[in-house]
Amino acid sequence: MSEVVVPRPRVPTAGAPRAGAPSLAARQARLAWLLLSPSLTVVLLVAIFPLVQTVVLSLTTARLASPEPARFVGLSNYAALLGDYLFWQSIGVTLQFAVITVSGEFVLGLFIALLVNAQFRGRGLVRAAMLVPWAIPTVIAAQMWKWMYHDVYGVVNDLLVATLGVLPANVAWLADPTTALAVVALVDIWKTTPFVALLLLAGLQVIPEELYEAARVDGASALQQLVQITLPLLRPAILVALVFRTLDALRVFDVFYVMFGERPDTMTMAIYNQETIVAFADVGYGAAISMVIFLIIGICVVAYVTLLRVEAP
Amino acid sequence: MPNAAQAQRYQGVQLTYYGDSVGIGAELDQQLGARFTQDTGIAVRVIPRPQSASEAYATYLRFFQARSAAIDVLLIDIIWPGAFAPHLLDLRPFCAGEIDQFYPALIANNTVADRLVALPWFADVGLLYYRVDLLERYGFAAPPATWEELEVQARRIVAGERAANPVFTGYVFQGNAYEGLTCNALEWLASVGGGRILERGRVTIANPAAAAILDQARGWVGLIAPRGVTTYQEDDARNVFQAGNAAFMRNWPYAYALAAGPASRVAGRFGVAPLPAAPGQPRVGTAGGQQLAVCQYSRAPEAAVELVRYLTSAPVQVYRALRGSFLPTRPAVAADPRVLAAEPFLGPLQAVERVTRPARDAGARYNQVSTAFFQGVNQVLNGADAVQLLPRVARRIERALA
Repeated sequence: MSEVVVPRPRVPTAGAPRAGAPSLAARQARLAWLLLSPSLTVVLLVAIFPLVQTVVLSLTTARLASPEPARFVGLSNYAALLGDYLFWQSIGVTLQFAVITVSGEFVLGLFIALLVNAQFRGRGLVRAAMLVPWAIPTVIAAQMWKWMYHDVYGVVNDLLVATLGVLPANVAWLADPTTALAVVALVDIWKTTPFVALLLLAGLQVIPEELYEAARVDGASALQQLVQITLPLLRPAILVALVFRTLDALRVFDVFYVMFGERPDTMTMAIYNQETIVAFADVGYGAAISMVIFLIIGICVVAYVTLLRVEAP
Repeated sequence: MPNAAQAQRYQGVQLTYYGDSVGIGAELDQQLGARFTQDTGIAVRVIPRPQSASEAYATYLRFFQARSAAIDVLLIDIIWPGAFAPHLLDLRPFCAGEIDQFYPALIANNTVADRLVALPWFADVGLLYYRVDLLERYGFAAPPATWEELEVQARRIVAGERAANPVFTGYVFQGNAYEGLTCNALEWLASVGGGRILERGRVTIANPAAAAILDQARGWVGLIAPRGVTTYQEDDARNVFQAGNAAFMRNWPYAYALAAGPASRVAGRFGVAPLPAAPGQPRVGTAGGQQLAVCQYSRAPEAAVELVRYLTSAPVQVYRALRGSFLPTRPAVAADPRVLAAEPFLGPLQAVERVTRPARDAGARYNQVSTAFFQGVNQVLNGADAVQLLPRVARRIERALA
């Protein structure tokens, strides 16, 4: 009688790798790096490399088209920035502009998004029409508004003084430092609110209708629904909209440049940076300005992400 | 052609000339180039330079950096000799006999480290335009000679005219934060003994006379000048004056032909005078205009110099004054009766001392110096105190030159 061989149960070998072979996790990690490497290369080339180069330039006296070679000067460009009143002023102007426009655009954008999210006839048309200001190139829109604000022949003065009689005399909206920032902020709010509304509308559309039904059954008021359901679930969309808009506002160049040129009391950080590098050919100092702008924007992004934690609690 | 004999020695040479690109100047360049070729046998390729001044500046810099021989003769702005000097030929050895026939201030502007790097071709200078009819109506015998007189006349005329015309204003000038404000403010400074921004390498902007006139100018804004004047450039001021909405205007001679033209409401009712000054100080106007230079890397420098001598010669300047009302750079041409008839503003100009911007001293840093200055002045016009601001402007200029 032949011996009966009892088959041994197959034991999974996961925990016992063959000697010398990499584990599955390690192999998967290697594959991941391989698959990521093209994007990492691109990031390295377009983001990290220029950043490092800017840091290096900011420590030198490099100038465009200069016969003298650039010298290494350590942190002296940054030290000079500390005492540069125009730079501090431009930071102040930019931050004020960012606060005014981002909050204005957020409130108005949310209002418009809620409105066009409701069911009504002609909704598609309204959604399309609302995007018109966003579709006009900023430089053209800014020039148009510049003419409208003109102190002698502008339509804004004509409307407020001649037609409505609200103001006793023409106002030089752009020239007067007390109104200049407000009216340029108004142009930005007019132009960019549709963009914020669009982002928030996308967020609104993924909130399930059942939540509102349940809330209504429980007798929640419209305000309670907004505060308890809409806003918390809209948080990811709000974060995206705020980060986008804040970054744009801190980098603002075109609308200010068209309306004010190189005027000092309305100069933004980006205009001061452009002037230093392009008009003055002062690349070293300009690079130092760029680094400070980079830091300011970085701080804002980190602050947003921390304050508005998107991950579910 | 005055220098035909010398020029014929270079027969057969081919020159490239970067010339005017605006208005009738571009057309005259083609004509004069063809005439030069006909008389001398030197071929001239005329290329209009880029229209925007900053783009032309950048184009020239690229040629110079490459030490390119692709350009022989070039048209340059009055504020560029300092920055371009290392790349331009010294013209002094070629035209020593003619140099004293040009305005000395222009020759001084184009002389960098004892090298004459360009010959003045046509000039520009700041002038006061005034309404003859309004001066008469309000009992003023002559245009204002001092800034105080300007204020008095402007206030009285505005008080009278406002009733019929609510947008009527006294004085318009170029108050926007740009190069034009540097020209305007330099005139204010020089007309009251407030210095010339940068003198012999020293920054002299922070002085009491300069602060006083800038604070005085701040008082004009919103009172005798429109509030929006701090955003005005040349054409903004001209449009206000030409529409009959201002009693006085500071502008360049180009505005004369336009204000006297068919589209103007003040044609035949305005005159020009030197800008006001403090008693005992010279009547000044900031010098503008274009120069002709020869590129250091040209393969035919002698022929190129002959083209420059021809274009800047007295007969060509007379021709250009009659055809295009270009302002001559030679006093003898300005005194020519034919030219005087074509350019009536030349009379008042005789009394004007031309002041130049510190472009020669600042060299490649001129942009930075001028920007610091016009930004500071614009801030004063918008309400800042000149006494406090000027030391900061001075520090910015010093840093730019360091």
